[in-house]
Amino acid sequence: MKFREKIYVLFTALTAVIVVGLLFFIIFNIVSNGIRVVTWEFISQPPREGMTKGGIFPALYGTLLRTLLMLIFVVPIGVFTAVYLNEYGAGRRFSRWIRLAINNLASIPSIVFGLFGLGFFVLFLRLGAGLLSAALTVGLLTLPLVVVSTEEALKAVPNSYREAGFALGATKWQVIRLIVLPQALPGILTGAILSVGRGMGEVAPLLFTGVAYYLPYLPASIFDQFMDLGYHIYIMTTQSFDVELTRPMQYGSTLVLLALTFSLNIIAILIRSRMRRRRLG
Amino acid sequence: MESRERIAYIVISLLASVAIVSVILIFIFIAKESLPIFFNPEIKKEANFRHFFLTRDWQPIGLEPKYSFLPLIVGTLKVTLVALIVALPLSLGSAIFTAEFAPRKLREIIKPIIELFSAIPSVVLGFFALMTIASWVQSIFHATSRLNAVTAGFALAFAVIPITYTICEDALNTVPRELREASIALGATKWQTTIKVVLPSASGGIFAGVMLGLARAMGETMIVLMVSGNAAQITLSFLDSVRTIPATIAAEMGEVAFGSAHYAVLFLLGLLLFSITFVINYIASTLLERTQKRLRGEK
Repeated sequence: MKFREKIYVLFTALTAVIVVGLLFFIIFNIVSNGIRVVTWEFISQPPREGMTKGGIFPALYGTLLRTLLMLIFVVPIGVFTAVYLNEYGAGRRFSRWIRLAINNLASIPSIVFGLFGLGFFVLFLRLGAGLLSAALTVGLLTLPLVVVSTEEALKAVPNSYREAGFALGATKWQVIRLIVLPQALPGILTGAILSVGRGMGEVAPLLFTGVAYYLPYLPASIFDQFMDLGYHIYIMTTQSFDVELTRPMQYGSTLVLLALTFSLNIIAILIRSRMRRRRLG
Repeated sequence: MESRERIAYIVISLLASVAIVSVILIFIFIAKESLPIFFNPEIKKEANFRHFFLTRDWQPIGLEPKYSFLPLIVGTLKVTLVALIVALPLSLGSAIFTAEFAPRKLREIIKPIIELFSAIPSVVLGFFALMTIASWVQSIFHATSRLNAVTAGFALAFAVIPITYTICEDALNTVPRELREASIALGATKWQTTIKVVLPSASGGIFAGVMLGLARAMGETMIVLMVSGNAAQITLSFLDSVRTIPATIAAEMGEVAFGSAHYAVLFLLGLLLFSITFVINYIASTLLERTQKRLRGEK
């Protein structure tokens, strides 16, 4: 290779180093500033004294609750959309439309989901601004992750498995339920984990669908307003009456949110790479 | 048995149609709330297309509300431009490196790490930018405000990089080995092959990656809400505070009266955003599909 070309290649390597370095720098910055703040008390106590003391428990609770609620909707819809695409509708025009819609959902800005959640779930369906509306809104946003991940897993199930099922006299639904879906379980799990990881950190779709600045009590029903970790970070950094005083709490909250979304994504990556390795033998 | 099969098929088809129905409903409901701008005479007087595009102030609160889209559009374009200038060389360079030059072992480490970038919630990126990038930008460029289009653009780049990188890398990987081998066999170097054979073959996919990165930058809310300074103004300098379309919706929807002109205008901005990303996404996915088909040898 000519000297000049070596320089070019080195340059592409440098860009990769910069990107990886940036990621590590972000993690380092958040961890080094937040680690002293994150104690058991911080996780388990509500905020006190204008969010300068205490912890983040109600925000963490609201985030977990709305994300779990989201899973109940998004997993069955996502999984069976993928089942339709891979098992029933290959090559059909309806499948093309579904794919187009899924692609679209994946690229609609999250604030537009927020507007839709307000117009449809909160006002039109009269669900009010609360956990349920927020969970449904965020669910739409993460639906593509479940579909894509499940479909990838369904594709990896060898056709001979299906044919063996049919040869034994099983019907299509029996083959799907008893052979295909169990085989695709790791992929479904990956999709669910990714959707939780993504849904947890979303703030924009919550703004008009039920998130609260501060609540002295925990939500008691799915129609209640809730606090949220990401929103809590936003509020403390931009609207608390003394931004400097709440700084440690901001770093602590950010560290907790980052740790949650990161560990979920890393788990998903590990499951996926194990799946791939098994497939390659 | 027969009927159970039918029920399964019907239920699965219904669940599969949720995605289609949702996209249609999103369009209908956002359009519905912005309709008064076209049909309600009182709201039409207060906010119409002459205000949106022929005046230059966005001041929705006050005795005489002003609804010009121009400062918001200028702000959105500024941050998007900065984000792309920062993100494209980095993501394309990294994609070329991992797809073409990195040893396999290294590639398998770098690729998932870069993709992990997308696991960072945008509110975390916004917070990080507020703490660090804002100060860097101020000391390097001597900006009057820490929060400006350059700061917001840099922060947005972090959200764009994983998208553009992943799509470009995939596009490069779908280029068949035979093309590379043919080029090498003709005496081209590895770098010449990359630039003259691989990149042109994957150009559709790369362009799609750029488009989707662009859509992401234009639609991102929390990052710009936190670090753009949120001042709606039309200026040439990138070191002035700006206000983008998504940030405007996010900041103002909470305090507006239902059914007011302001409410309808915010939904119209949402409709604009939705339409832009819809078109960009349609072009990008058509391009991706076509490139993949061509590279697989189908016509």
